[in-house]
Amino acid sequence: MHAAMEIPYVSTPRPDTGLYNAKIGIWLFLASEVMLFGGLFSAYILLRVGAPDGTWPEGWLNIPVGTTNTVVLITSSITTVMAWASCKMKQFGRFKLFHGLTLLLAMTFVGIKSYEYHDKFTHYEAKLNDQLVLADGKTVFGNLVANTNGVVLFSVSTGQPGEYEATPAKYAQAQVAKIVPGQIVDGHLVERAADHITLSGHTVAEHAELMNMRSAAARHIQHSEITLVPAQLRSIETYGPWHNTYLAIYFTLTGLHALHVLGGALVIGYLWGPGSKLWQTDPERFTNRVEISGLFWHFVDLVWIFLFPVLYLL
Amino acid sequence: MQAIAEIDPLAAPHARPHGAARETHDGAGTFWRKYVFSTDHKVIGIQYAITGLCFLFFGFLLMTMMRWQIAKPGEPIPIFGPLLQAVLGDTAAKGIMSPDLYNSFGAMHGTIMVFLAIVPLAFGAFANLIVPLQIGAPDMAFPRVNMASYQAYFVGGVIMLASFIIPGGAAQAGWTSYPPLATVVATDGQTYWIIGMVFLITSSLLGAVNVIATVIQLRAPGLHWFRLPFFVWAQFVTAFLLLLAFPPLESAAVMQLMDKVAHTSFFLPAGLAVAGPDGHVSGGGNPLLWQHLFWFLAHPEVYVLILPAMGIVCEIVANNTRKPVWGYKSLVYALLILGFLSFIVWAHHMYLTGMGTKISTFFQTTTIIISIPSVIILTCLFLSLWGGSIRFNTPMLFALGFLPMFGIGGLTGLPLGFATSDIHLHDTYYVIGHFHYVVAPGTIFALFAGIYYWFPKFTGRMMNEFWGKVHFWLSLIFMNLIFQPMLFQGMAGMLRRMADGGANYSAARVPDAVGGLSNYIMQMNTMISYAVWMLGLAQVPFILNFFYSMWKGPKAPSDNPWQATTLEWQTPTPPPHGNFLTAPAVFRGPYEYSVPGHAQDFTPQNQPDRPATT
Repeated sequence: MHAAMEIPYVSTPRPDTGLYNAKIGIWLFLASEVMLFGGLFSAYILLRVGAPDGTWPEGWLNIPVGTTNTVVLITSSITTVMAWASCKMKQFGRFKLFHGLTLLLAMTFVGIKSYEYHDKFTHYEAKLNDQLVLADGKTVFGNLVANTNGVVLFSVSTGQPGEYEATPAKYAQAQVAKIVPGQIVDGHLVERAADHITLSGHTVAEHAELMNMRSAAARHIQHSEITLVPAQLRSIETYGPWHNTYLAIYFTLTGLHALHVLGGALVIGYLWGPGSKLWQTDPERFTNRVEISGLFWHFVDLVWIFLFPVLYLL
Repeated sequence: MQAIAEIDPLAAPHARPHGAARETHDGAGTFWRKYVFSTDHKVIGIQYAITGLCFLFFGFLLMTMMRWQIAKPGEPIPIFGPLLQAVLGDTAAKGIMSPDLYNSFGAMHGTIMVFLAIVPLAFGAFANLIVPLQIGAPDMAFPRVNMASYQAYFVGGVIMLASFIIPGGAAQAGWTSYPPLATVVATDGQTYWIIGMVFLITSSLLGAVNVIATVIQLRAPGLHWFRLPFFVWAQFVTAFLLLLAFPPLESAAVMQLMDKVAHTSFFLPAGLAVAGPDGHVSGGGNPLLWQHLFWFLAHPEVYVLILPAMGIVCEIVANNTRKPVWGYKSLVYALLILGFLSFIVWAHHMYLTGMGTKISTFFQTTTIIISIPSVIILTCLFLSLWGGSIRFNTPMLFALGFLPMFGIGGLTGLPLGFATSDIHLHDTYYVIGHFHYVVAPGTIFALFAGIYYWFPKFTGRMMNEFWGKVHFWLSLIFMNLIFQPMLFQGMAGMLRRMADGGANYSAARVPDAVGGLSNYIMQMNTMISYAVWMLGLAQVPFILNFFYSMWKGPKAPSDNPWQATTLEWQTPTPPPHGNFLTAPAVFRGPYEYSVPGHAQDFTPQNQPDRPATT
C-alpha cells in the first residue's frame, strides 16, 4: 500500500547537489536575468561607442543623489542578510525588524528614483525661432529662409510652436534692423500656461553645448527665469526617453531595474506580512523562502552597482 | 536459483493505484481545477499539446491562403476569400489578399509556427509529458510555476490572435521584425506582437527553469547523468538555450516597444525620414543592434526546435531497432557542444548587413564548426540502424523519415553558412526551402513520431497503424514536393516575401530583363501550392485517427506496449497523479535492448541486477 509520490527536496537539500529545489530555480532565473540586463547593457555599449563625437551626454545625472540611492540599496542588502540570519537563529522578532527595514529602504530607493525621474520630466530644452527685429521696432518670430540680394525671406510663426505660415514673408533689407538667430533655452519648469512657459535655466547657441555638464564652464552657469511665448518656440521637449538615445537607455535600464525593485519589494512585503504565518508551521521552508527572496534582492542590488557607474559616472 | 524474476510488463500490468481516493484529492474535484488550472505535469503537457496543435493548424491555414496568392496573384481566394473579407474587411476586399495582408500573414505564419506551435509542442508538451516520467519523478520541481508557464503562453497566443482583428491588422514586418520597418509601420500590429512575445518569452523562461531544476533535482535514485535517456538530455540542453537566449530578445523587445510607444530611437538612425504620426526621431540608434539581439535568440532557437526532435527520434530508433543506440556518449557530448556553439553563430544571418568581412569570417568559422556535432548526432542515429531488426511501425517510419529530411535540411544550410555563397542565396526561396526541411519534415515528423509513440501511455489506446502509415507516406511525398522546388526557385534568384510570387520579376513580364524568372521556375509556384493543399488533406487521416483512437482505438496490450526500457513505461496507464506507485530506483542505462543472456530483448531501467549468488 503506497501513497502517491510526493515531490522531494522541496525544503531539504538533495545530497548530491546540496541544494533544495527552489535554490536551483532562483539561480537559473537569475542567470536568465543576467542575460536580460546583459542585452540592455550591450545595447548601451553599442549606442555609446557608435555615437558621433560630442553627442553623448556627460554629467546629466545628479551624482550625490545617485550615490545616496546606492548606499540605500547596499544597506538594504545587509538588512536582507540579517533577516535571513535571524530566521536561521530562530529569532522571528529580529527577522520582522530587518525585513521591515529592507522594505523601508526599498521604498526609499523608489522614492528617490521617482524624484530623479520627475526632475527629468520637468527639464525642458526649448529651441527658439529666429527673431527678426524690424526698423519700426516690431519683432517677428519664425525661420530665416534666405537673406540675399537685399531681400530677406522669412517664414513667420503662426503663434504655435513649430508651425509657420505657408508662404514666407518678404522684407527689403532696409525694413530689417536686426536678425537674431534662434537659440536654445534649457531649464526646469517654473510655470506653464496656454500663452507662455517660464523656465529656470540658461540660454545657449548650440545644442552641443548642453552635452557636457561636467565641464568647468558648465559648473559656472548662471540660472535665471526665462519666459517664452509660443510664437518664439521652434520646438520644445522634456528630457524624457524620446530626447536622445542616452536618456532612452537610461530610462529603459533604470525603469526595468525599478520594476525589479518593486517586484522584490512585493515578495519581501508578502514574506514580512501574510506570508510570515508559514513560520509557525514550517520554519525551515519559511527560512528558505527568505533566502530565495534575498538572493533575488542581492541580484537587484548588483544590477544597480553596475548601473550607477555606467549611467552616472562614466 | 534465480532470486528475483525478471519483470515481465506484458504479464503483469501495473495496477491502478490503491489510493484512488487520494488521486481525486490531489487532482481536486472540479473540472476547472482538474483540467484548466491543474498543476499536474501531464495535464499541463496535454494543454500545451492541444493548444500547440491548434496553432500548428492555424499557422498552416495562413500558409494555404498565402500559397493561393503566390500561385494566382490578385485572384479571389476560393472558400476562404469571402470569410477573410467578412472578418478582416477591406484588406481582403472581394476576397483578394492585399499585399499588406500577405505581409501580415507571412509575419504571423513564422511567428505562430516557431513561437506558438513548434516550441510549445517540442518543449512545452513533450518535456512536460515525458521528462518527469523518464527520470522517475512524481511531477515537475515547481508545479505552480509550470501552470503559470502554460498560462503565459496562452495569454501570449491570445494577444497574437487578437492582433489580426485590430484596425490595421497583425504585424507586417516578418517574424524577424527588423526595424526601422517594424517601428515605422503606422499600425498597432507590431505593438501587439511585442507584448505577445514578452508573454511567450516569460512562458519559455518559466518552463526552462522548471525542466532544468527537475532534471537536476528529481532524478530517481541510481539514475546517474549517463543513465539518462537521450531525450532527457536533449530537453535539458534545450531548456538551457531557452533560458539564456530568450532574455536578450526580451530586452530587444522592450527597446522596440520603447521605440514604438515612447518614441525613443534605439533602432532608428539619425536622419531617418519617417512619415510617422509626429515624425519625431531623435536619431543615434542602430538598426543592426536589433538584428544582433534578435539572432542571438533566434539562432539558438533553431536548436530549440531541432534538439527535442532529435531526442524523440533517438528514443524511437532505439526502441524499434531493439538494440542500444550507437555511441550514447558521443551523442551526449555532441549535444552539449552543439548547445554551446549555438550561442556563437548568430551573425551568419547577417552577412549582407555590412557588418564587415572580419566579423563574417568569425561567424562563418563557428557556423561550419557547429555542423560537426550535428553530423555526429545524425551519424550515430543512422549507425544505430545498422544490424537492427527494425520494426517498421508508424512512429518508426516518422523517425526514419526524419533522418534524411533533417540531413537535407542540414546540408542545404552549408551554402548559407559560407558568406560568399550566401550573397547569392540570401533572402531567396532557397533559405525558405532550407529551414523548412529542418523544421517541417524534420522537427514536425519527429513530433508526429512522438505523438504516435507516446499516445498509448496517456490514453491507454493505440493509434491506427494503417492510417498512420497513410499519413506518413503522403506527408513525406508532399513535404518534398513543397520544399524541394523552393531550393531551385531560390537558386534561380526568386526572392522571398513577395506578395505576387515573383510575377513582377518574371521573364514573361519583362522578356529582356537579365535574370528574369523563367516560366519553368514560375510554374513551380502553382505546383508547390497544389502540394501544400494536398499536404493539408494528408493530415486528415491523422486528425481523425487521433480523435477516433482516443476513445475507440484498441486498448494498449499492456503498460508497455512497445516493450521499451525507459521509466515512463513502468507506470500505470495513464500515469496517476504522482506518476509512480512506488518510488522507482534505476539500475542500468537507458537502452538495454537485446542484452545477451536475458529472457527478454529489453531490460527496463528499474529492473534490479540479478543477485550474484546462484
